[in-house]
Amino acid sequence: MNPQTAILAALAVPLAGALLIGLAGRVNDNLRESMTLLTALALIACVWSLLPEIFAGGRPGVRIGEVLPGIDVAFRVEPLGMLFAAMASGLWLVNSIYSIGYMRGNREKRQTRFYVMFAVSLAATIGIAFSANLFTLFMFYEMLTLSTYPLVSHKGDPATVRSARVYLGILISASIGLLLPAIVWTYAAAGTGEFTEGGILRGHVEGPQVGLLLGLFVFGAAKAAVMPVHRWLPAAMVAPTPVSALLHAVAVVKAGVFTIVKIIVYVFGVDFLFSEPSSGWLFYAAAFTIVAASVVALRQQNLKRLLAYSTVAQLSYVVMASAVLKPLAEVGAAMHMLAHSFGKITLFFAAGSIYTASKKTELGQLSGIGRRMPVTMAAFTIGALSMIGVPPTAGFVSKWYILAGAFQADNYLALATIILSTALNAAYFLPIVYMAWFGKDVTPAGQQHGEAPTAVLLALTVTAVLTLALFVYSAPIYELESQLVRGQP
Amino acid sequence: MTGLEAHLPVLQVVVPMLVAPLVVLLHPRGLAWFAATVASAASFLLAVQMAGGVLAGQVYRYALGGWPAPYGIALEVDAFSVLLLLILTGASTLALAAGRASLDRQIELHRQPLFFAAWLLALAGMAGILVSADAFNIFVFMEISSLASYVLVAGGPDRRALPAVFKYLIMGTVGATFYLIGVGLIYMMTGTLNLADMELRIHEVADQRPILVAAGFITIGLALKAALFPLHVWLPNAYTYAPHAVSVFLAACATKVSLYILLRFDFVVFQGNLAGHDAQFAAFLMPLAVLAILVGSAVALFEVNIKRLLAYSSVAQIGYIVLGASLVSVPGLSAGLLHMFNHALSKGALFLAVMCLSTRVGDLNLQDLSGAARRMPWTLAALVVAGLSLIGVPGTAGFVSKWYLMTAALQEGLLGWVLVAVIVLGSLMAVAYVWRIVEAAWFKDAPAGDGADRPGEAPLGMLVLTWLAALSNVWFGLVTQVPRELATTAAAILLRHLP
Amino acid sequence: MEFLGLYHYWVFVVLLMIGFYAVVAKLNLIKKLIGLSIFQSAVFLLYITMSKVSGGTAPIFSEQVSGVLYSNPLPQVLILTAIVVGISTTALGLGIVVRIKEEYGSIEEHEIQEIDRQ
Repeated sequence: MNPQTAILAALAVPLAGALLIGLAGRVNDNLRESMTLLTALALIACVWSLLPEIFAGGRPGVRIGEVLPGIDVAFRVEPLGMLFAAMASGLWLVNSIYSIGYMRGNREKRQTRFYVMFAVSLAATIGIAFSANLFTLFMFYEMLTLSTYPLVSHKGDPATVRSARVYLGILISASIGLLLPAIVWTYAAAGTGEFTEGGILRGHVEGPQVGLLLGLFVFGAAKAAVMPVHRWLPAAMVAPTPVSALLHAVAVVKAGVFTIVKIIVYVFGVDFLFSEPSSGWLFYAAAFTIVAASVVALRQQNLKRLLAYSTVAQLSYVVMASAVLKPLAEVGAAMHMLAHSFGKITLFFAAGSIYTASKKTELGQLSGIGRRMPVTMAAFTIGALSMIGVPPTAGFVSKWYILAGAFQADNYLALATIILSTALNAAYFLPIVYMAWFGKDVTPAGQQHGEAPTAVLLALTVTAVLTLALFVYSAPIYELESQLVRGQP
Repeated sequence: MTGLEAHLPVLQVVVPMLVAPLVVLLHPRGLAWFAATVASAASFLLAVQMAGGVLAGQVYRYALGGWPAPYGIALEVDAFSVLLLLILTGASTLALAAGRASLDRQIELHRQPLFFAAWLLALAGMAGILVSADAFNIFVFMEISSLASYVLVAGGPDRRALPAVFKYLIMGTVGATFYLIGVGLIYMMTGTLNLADMELRIHEVADQRPILVAAGFITIGLALKAALFPLHVWLPNAYTYAPHAVSVFLAACATKVSLYILLRFDFVVFQGNLAGHDAQFAAFLMPLAVLAILVGSAVALFEVNIKRLLAYSSVAQIGYIVLGASLVSVPGLSAGLLHMFNHALSKGALFLAVMCLSTRVGDLNLQDLSGAARRMPWTLAALVVAGLSLIGVPGTAGFVSKWYLMTAALQEGLLGWVLVAVIVLGSLMAVAYVWRIVEAAWFKDAPAGDGADRPGEAPLGMLVLTWLAALSNVWFGLVTQVPRELATTAAAILLRHLP
Repeated sequence: MEFLGLYHYWVFVVLLMIGFYAVVAKLNLIKKLIGLSIFQSAVFLLYITMSKVSGGTAPIFSEQVSGVLYSNPLPQVLILTAIVVGISTTALGLGIVVRIKEEYGSIEEHEIQEIDRQ
């Protein structure tokens, strides 16, 4: 199909799929699960069909219509968005397989609503990835917040509802209170909100206004979890693990950092931002978040919360890298989006697998679990190594590029931050790994268990393999993302 | 202009006005309701036809009784009139069509013909205001519509409506009388009651005190009727205790019609003639608008009764409209006028959803709503869509007017940033109070065995029309051309004296 | 001299304020309505005094006589309309008071608020 059709189909497929999943859910569960998998496959077909065009330097787009003068709903695919969409759609398929195993294994209620809202959230994610201007991005960004809310509050008990309220409250307040004024300001100053290579704000804002506007964008896009608007992420851990895995390791959080990187590259322009000293604060905010979140993670006893704070830190890797404002670092930022996704989804899959098999959630309970659940813990180990950044995992590759970019900019603070956080990552991940494999089995007598259901293990294995594969096959990704900064039209 | 088209302005008033006494005679069950709905729908079609004409560039003029202006009473329908006529007739028709079941429960059968006659008189009165180009004619229609609304508000079974309507009557009459004093003073100085003629004649006497006093009386009187902070105190109780269909109707258009007269007078009659008028207008109204937004939203945050929560939200939204007008610029005024349209859509849809709830839920306090989402998912979903429009989520009508408002405010320099902060704060508070309703409906468990509740969804007809209103919020959030064009044309007409 | 010559405006203002005071300060609902009537009567006076032209006679047109100075008939017509509006308002207000008495047993504002609070 031609690129324009592919773009529109990529949006229509998950929405239509949501409808079909809902209808299928009234018939029987197997039909519903098949609809989910079919929709995910169809989405992969649509999204991945755009890859050859983007690799060749093409930037296909389609305009839906004008909402207000100068403001329209339009889509345009470029390397960063392509990476995001391909990653999200591909991992949705894996996550759906995982979900089937998890939801059935835990006998969760209201599964149809779960799968329907998942599909809607993916539609919103693709909308964000392919948006051509700030208005379209904002529209789908809000849609993502609203569509993930039922997923976060899925369990329905009072504690979950309270946490879900924090989730919604922070995200919506930040986006309406900070992101929207930033967007209105941009449209008013530059006359347009179209994402353009080289940025649109040069000459329209200057001096301290640049720093202020950047701040409104960065904290308004609270999905990127830069401190102090990060609290929603640990709060969202009350969701079922498939939600935490795909959304809060891949789709939602990456939508946040994607927004920030996109704004830095296509709204401000890397060179313009570099020339304005008032933008310097972003680097420090990101570096602070990395270190602070890692320290907080050290003190966590609940596995998912530890992973949440690890995510906060890893997201700020991306933000910090893009704040270095040097080409190699921008590429590193893009690659880290991908590398972190593979690694973190593996870790969350493992956490959910442990929960499904044994209902264990706290670190202390995990002693010796490696011998009971070898596949799960092997995957966990790979994911942990990727977070730390050890070869042969994906995390090593992306960190390499970020470090190279930091060197290029003579940014020794970035170097130091990366080294420090690597050490902190090791400090909280390695003990878990060691304890799981070599510790004493503390499972109470009446609660002996084995591995998780097959679907869960299958998904785990796939993402762990991907984490290793990215180490070997990183070249195409590098090729794609360097188009970002090579000034390709 | 030939035939029917020439008479459209006067037909807009005459159709409901003549059907009203006929309705009184219709005693068979449901016939009065039916006649009122048909008359209202006919008015809506008239308004749509005039809207088409206005969008094509036409202005409808009509001289009552053939007496030429300025000696006779002149009617004039332009973009501003037609924007509000669409809201008025549309809201009336929707409220009547959807409200049958609710009105049957709340109005006793033998009183229904009188009730619907009053409804049509209110409709005729407000339509009369919107088509008149004569100051005293506006007064007459204003009082017709007000008296009829008092009857409507007091028509329900809740006895607390009676003190509420008494307060409404007193404050409304004081407001109308102030307006009358203002018009009298202007007549004394210029000898004319025709708005266009006034505009010319005031020029010679503009600096004399009676004119300034008149401007003051008219502004305060109309601010009272428009429920602008701090003269809004009659509104919450009146909207809360009125029959639910009446709340839909009044919330969508009653105060906006008074704002219409206010803006007409201020911009058409006074703007070109009083030196420094725009600065005084802004200096006076802008702080009140800001307070309306902040205080109205803040009180709504703590309200327990859903209807009163929405009423205070209306006070805040009137603040948004006046804020746009007080910027005294074409972008600002268009934003305010557009918000009139979009707020009517969102608040109308919200009150329709509340009417649906009232058919099944006992009382309308937040705690009575617990678990309602399970029993009435469609109603609550419509309420959420309308709530999103009230908050101003992109893709809804509310977003469009808020965007326009923020863009217009940003053109005012530093003050603009303060106003943007106020608008954003108002939106955040809207998130909070809409959220309270959503949370009560979805996430609290239903109280065990509540006898006042009845199982099942709202009546189908009511539900369908509520969804029509909710979806129109999405429609006009994406296809914005018609209201936008009317609003900008209207703003240009009003501000034609601006240097 | 001008001060006293404008005595009709003074009457208007005094009546206006008496009526307004009654509306705001009195707690009895009927007294409020009476205040409202006084308030509106003040406005009627304003209009009527406005229509009197110095040396003018009643505005009844006759073809036999010419060169006559008439008082302005228009404000008198306007005020007839306003009087009708005022009557309707007062009637409606009194009707509401009767209903309030039936429902609440009192027509004192503070007592009604007290009853509603319970």
